[in-house]
Amino acid sequence: MYVAVKGGETAILNSHELLAAARRGDEGVPEISPAQIREQMRLGVARVMSEGALYDEELAALALKQAAGDQVEAIFLLRAYRTTLPRFGYSLPVDSGRMNIRRRISAAFKDLPGGQVLGPTYDYTQRLLDFSLHAPAACKLPPCADEPLPAAMPRVADLLGHEGLMEAELPPAGDPAPGDLSREPLRFPADRATRLQNLARGDEGFLLAMGYSTQRGYANSHPFAGEIRMGEVALEIVPEELGFPIAIGEITLTECQMINQFAGSSTVPPQFTRGYGLAFGEAERKAMAMALVDRALRAAELGEEVVAPAQQPEFVLSHSDNVEASGFVQHLKLPHYVDFQSELELLRKMRKRHEGRKKVSVTEGNPLFGTGGKAHTEIAVGENA
Amino acid sequence: MTDFSGEPSGSHAQRQHWLSILALAPCATLEQALQQTLTVCEPPPLGWLRKPQSGLYMVRARAGGTGAQFNLGEASVTRCAVQDDSGRIGVGYVRGGNARHAELVALFDLFLQNDESRPQLLATVIGPLAERQAAARETASREAAATRVNFYTLARE
Repeated sequence: MYVAVKGGETAILNSHELLAAARRGDEGVPEISPAQIREQMRLGVARVMSEGALYDEELAALALKQAAGDQVEAIFLLRAYRTTLPRFGYSLPVDSGRMNIRRRISAAFKDLPGGQVLGPTYDYTQRLLDFSLHAPAACKLPPCADEPLPAAMPRVADLLGHEGLMEAELPPAGDPAPGDLSREPLRFPADRATRLQNLARGDEGFLLAMGYSTQRGYANSHPFAGEIRMGEVALEIVPEELGFPIAIGEITLTECQMINQFAGSSTVPPQFTRGYGLAFGEAERKAMAMALVDRALRAAELGEEVVAPAQQPEFVLSHSDNVEASGFVQHLKLPHYVDFQSELELLRKMRKRHEGRKKVSVTEGNPLFGTGGKAHTEIAVGENA
Repeated sequence: MTDFSGEPSGSHAQRQHWLSILALAPCATLEQALQQTLTVCEPPPLGWLRKPQSGLYMVRARAGGTGAQFNLGEASVTRCAVQDDSGRIGVGYVRGGNARHAELVALFDLFLQNDESRPQLLATVIGPLAERQAAARETASREAAATRVNFYTLARE
């Protein structure tokens, strides 16, 4: 028999101290600083900012240190922290067309204006462990071209747009303000703006798997990485006391434009359609996965048959958030003593009933002996047992 | 509208320009510039209109880069405002959580609105900062340009 009890206070306090010691590890090894994490673990920091839905490298690095490198825990810490801050307002839409580009590639056009710029990518590394990193070493200055990149790097999607081969992405009439999932709960049907916000803060692993499923045939999509670009954009706001826009800093973004076949409909001729991915920091895998899932979720809008999980907004959007998912899975660790007690009681009753049924079945319920016309005897006997 | 690479335009262009330069400047550099400024000119009596305060701006983006707006995620921002005895207001907005940075931006914004100190500050503070930022941007762009692929065609023998 379980009974409700109080206690555990000392155990919890001691566990906090044990956790701090475990986080620190061997004191013979120098302690890591958030600044080191920010500078040398920048991709980890980017993921925490993206899914924590808060652009702040310092806080994300601190969260990673506190969480001992557990990304989902760090994301949770950042989400919790943001609730303590006031909301000043909304930025002007960032303009990825005016990005200071550090990487820009297209898998659809070889000779695009501005060229294929690889930037700092792991793509062409051989994935062999580099044992020289064991020892600290001075880093060489990277090579510099004589000329910077062209000031204007046209978006690949705009190149085809002129011929009408690419669906246009234009603001709807009046350029309405989008719904905000950080203020209102997710509701269905969810418009594209809501879906994009959900995906932007969605778990990279989940989106990667959903995007992968569309490539493997669970949704009829034939994507091309039309363009991926990464670099810095200005963050512009209109302060209430000024009334005109000012740039208050830069943020790093990764953008992916996926291009997909589209057979056309009764009103629209065949053309390429688009899936869009955008993420804080250097987060190419995330941006690509997001673009695949964004396109898959447009199935109903484009009149395509909805047959696969990645095309179902309720399924995708309700399960993409790793803070929610982790919370609900991990809440199973909380005391369920009373719930379990009632299940235990029930199970005991059922087993007793089962025992009774067995005795009956040997004599009357066994088909070998026939039922003797008493069709429901078993249940009646079981319930009375 | 203004950005860090282009020339601003419009009636607020100059103020937009220096605010964007100050927001991107390293805090330590501004601190140093302030000390230098204070040695040559007496600051007016100052008061807080808004003490430094950290908060959030929701960063908006557009679907496909050009379409419908959506909310991408928030960015931390610190702001403050100072006022001198003539009623002039200096405003500091910086991305991130550095209160001192926001204060320094607000102070310089105030000093830069003063017709007497503006030319000097534009020449000694804003100008050099803008040059340094443009140079850093160009270096990053040239490093990226060094990773541009030069395709060539293999001719059949």
